[in-house]
Amino acid sequence: MERFDMPDTLLTIDDLTVAFPTRRGLFEAVKHAALTVEPGEIHGLVGESGAGKSTIGAAIMGLLEGNGHIAGGTVSFRGEQISGRDSAAMRRLRGKTISMIFQDPLTSLNPLFTVGEQLTETIQEHLGLSEREAAQRAEELLTRVGIPDPKTRLDQYPHQFSGGMRQRVVIALALCSEPDVIIADEPTTALDVAIQKQILELIRDLTTERQVGVILITHDMGVIAETTDRVTVMYMGEVVESGPTAQVLGHPEHAYTKSLIAAVPRPEVKVRRFPQISYGGRETTFNIADLARNWPTIKPKDGPLIEARNLTKRFLEKGSLIPSMRRYFTAVDDVSFDIQPGEVFGLVGESGSGKSTIARMIAGLYDLDEGEVLYEGTRVSGADAQTVLDYRRDIQMIFQDPYSSLNPRHRVDHIVAEPALHLGMIPKAEVGARVAELLDKVGLGAEAGMKYPHEFSGGQRQRISIARALATQPRFLICDEPTSALDVSIQAQILNILKDLQEHLGLTMLFISHDLPVVRQMCDRVGVLKDGKLIELAETETLFADPQTEYTRELLRLMPKTDLLSKDGLADAV
Amino acid sequence: MLDLASPAPHDPRMISFILRRVFQSILVLLIVGLVAFSMFTFVGDPIDNMLGQERTDADIARLRAQLGLDQPFPVQYFRFLENAVQGNFGISYRQGRPVADILLERAPATLELAFVSGFLAIFFGIVLGVFTALRRGTVAANAVMTISLIGVSLPTFLIGILLIYVFSVELDLLPSFGRGDTVNLGWWSTGFLTWSGLKALILPSITLGLYQMTLIMRLVRTEMLEVLRQDYIRFARARGLRDRAIHFRHALKNTLVPVITVTGLQLGSIIAFAIITETVFQWPGVGLLFINAIQFVDIPVMAAYLMLISVMFVAINLIVDLLYFAIDPRLRT
Repeated sequence: MERFDMPDTLLTIDDLTVAFPTRRGLFEAVKHAALTVEPGEIHGLVGESGAGKSTIGAAIMGLLEGNGHIAGGTVSFRGEQISGRDSAAMRRLRGKTISMIFQDPLTSLNPLFTVGEQLTETIQEHLGLSEREAAQRAEELLTRVGIPDPKTRLDQYPHQFSGGMRQRVVIALALCSEPDVIIADEPTTALDVAIQKQILELIRDLTTERQVGVILITHDMGVIAETTDRVTVMYMGEVVESGPTAQVLGHPEHAYTKSLIAAVPRPEVKVRRFPQISYGGRETTFNIADLARNWPTIKPKDGPLIEARNLTKRFLEKGSLIPSMRRYFTAVDDVSFDIQPGEVFGLVGESGSGKSTIARMIAGLYDLDEGEVLYEGTRVSGADAQTVLDYRRDIQMIFQDPYSSLNPRHRVDHIVAEPALHLGMIPKAEVGARVAELLDKVGLGAEAGMKYPHEFSGGQRQRISIARALATQPRFLICDEPTSALDVSIQAQILNILKDLQEHLGLTMLFISHDLPVVRQMCDRVGVLKDGKLIELAETETLFADPQTEYTRELLRLMPKTDLLSKDGLADAV
Repeated sequence: MLDLASPAPHDPRMISFILRRVFQSILVLLIVGLVAFSMFTFVGDPIDNMLGQERTDADIARLRAQLGLDQPFPVQYFRFLENAVQGNFGISYRQGRPVADILLERAPATLELAFVSGFLAIFFGIVLGVFTALRRGTVAANAVMTISLIGVSLPTFLIGILLIYVFSVELDLLPSFGRGDTVNLGWWSTGFLTWSGLKALILPSITLGLYQMTLIMRLVRTEMLEVLRQDYIRFARARGLRDRAIHFRHALKNTLVPVITVTGLQLGSIIAFAIITETVFQWPGVGLLFINAIQFVDIPVMAAYLMLISVMFVAINLIVDLLYFAIDPRLRT
């Protein structure tokens, strides 16, 4: 491993070990990690959840949760050791010398104080200015991070800002005390791709302009490739590889780095299957093909399986007793499309574009304000109970959040069996066998049925969701951002399972995502949504090669570039 | 410490909100009024109680007409409301005096008691709640938590009797019953201005407020611990703010948002539950009046008491909702 020990090195982490005492003994979240940060440099820290990247950030700040502590090694700032100082000394260091930006701008700001109050409070704490001078400085800072009309904005509360603007406020807060080092912990994960680009550019500019050193913690290889100068890859608490970004991503040496890079969905090439992470025993086997034997083969009727015609949904924005005073927000505006049997149809768009609303309208979870949904030519929206029941038996849904979409008080076998039992699809006597088979085929093993959801990781839970969806042997599957809460290696697994479902069982899918590279890998045709309107609909290849609208071109342009990433392991490209 | 930004009074949303709440409050009061009034008709015949054994049919008919009891039910209810709005709740069957006068005479005692115990409950509830949250796991915090179990689990009358036994009977420090000497300020008689009046307040207000105090304390503690885990608290630490600012500015204000609702309801029940405390300490308030009224089926007093309590509950809830507006900017826009 390379060591950079230039005289003006801002931050040096040497042989750092962070331990958390648990009932089962000492858990080392970070083991012998080393890295340095130079002025004007962005140092990326990348790895999957549980790799210990955020723990390093917290350890530098002296903000380890619970009873976590630095069990070995040192953190030094400009050659002086700062780890092990008492809490008063650490507090003086925080903000003043080292600042931090958190992932979610929505929860990082105190909702009950104005942005101005939070800024001036921090400025006064560190710079000892008067209230008026501090307010003046706060205004300058807001201007610097690109917030228009700062005078008015200072008196507003966090909820009056959009997500991107909020993250700018968070950055302004981190800059209050003119720190030398900024630790940015997943600063753009909660943001749309357009906003992400702006925020990353802002961080880049500030780094160069103020010659601060930045540690950018992220799980997103695209962000690393586009923003960082150097990168450190972590796995299970250990640094596996470190070096200049282009070198590490383009010519990875460590097996883990190689497999991690291979699992990143690329916008430019379509692969038949995703390479699985083949390092450290995180492989799982699943066998969807086996399910095909007992799968009912229904010959699809001619014509589309699903027809969505003029879908429109309005939500009440401001209620009033007088109808003309009510204000509505049109979430979905006259959207029409067809889904052919066996096809994976993608819907992309930024948050608030109406993707999930459409999914719920087609699933029958929302009433339609206008328009209709047809299933094999039969109208199912607003139809009689029997038609709706028949339709419900043929469709299933997989949700985004694997944590909140499984009832934590129910056992897994009950969760998987419930929809099939509820819809009366399988005799009670056969339920156990069906559930065991499904859990086995998605790679969890039949014994998983005896456990509760909290005993599983995010990826495993999402496989429970898939097993639940398959229990009724559906023909049409609605996947609403099924992988956006998952690590890239887990995402690869889940996407492979979904690909198998289509290939072996002939399932038709509506696949909703904000992630264009994923859509590129999964979908046959794609619709682009903007502000509730379907503005473009094309074959996936055509859309990516020759987008027709300015908005789609913009979306494609904003994708983090993955050109730097090594192409090894993508042998399956088609 | 809490700089509550005052909401703009001209905010149209706020006005429509207040109007809606006032409308709902009136509806609640009408229904309570109906229940209160029904007592007249359904809980025995008041004429029986008012006239002695040697009554004649003419006496009964005369009194019935005089009290308006010969009118149909809706007319009687409307009259009742009409009078109630004007503060006229009729004449006590037992004392033969206007109910409003009797209530007015008794109200200061109950309100002063409720005020002191409410203050004790809120003040010590918040202070101890914050203390046990910030010093979680220390011996002192654990001790407070353990002792607070007593406040939750012992019934009010038992606590009252225990306090009387220890501080009045054994130690002879504080009076065991009554208000002590009072000073009349116009129609309001206060016990705050005399030494014996203050001494008499101590035991009843502790008895009445103890349960609410422990409840508020536990609620504040739970909420505070929850708030301290939030990202904005971590971010405040990461910005190098002092613990004092983080705990008492950022965390406490957020803690109070949910605490206010429960506290508001609790204050209402302090007034309502004063009945038991007032009985134990023979406190000359409306609660004791109500107990005596029940014993003598003095329905006008009971009805007026019911109305009084519901007006207070409704008023407190309205204030709580307005406080929400004041403390949480998200509701204002």
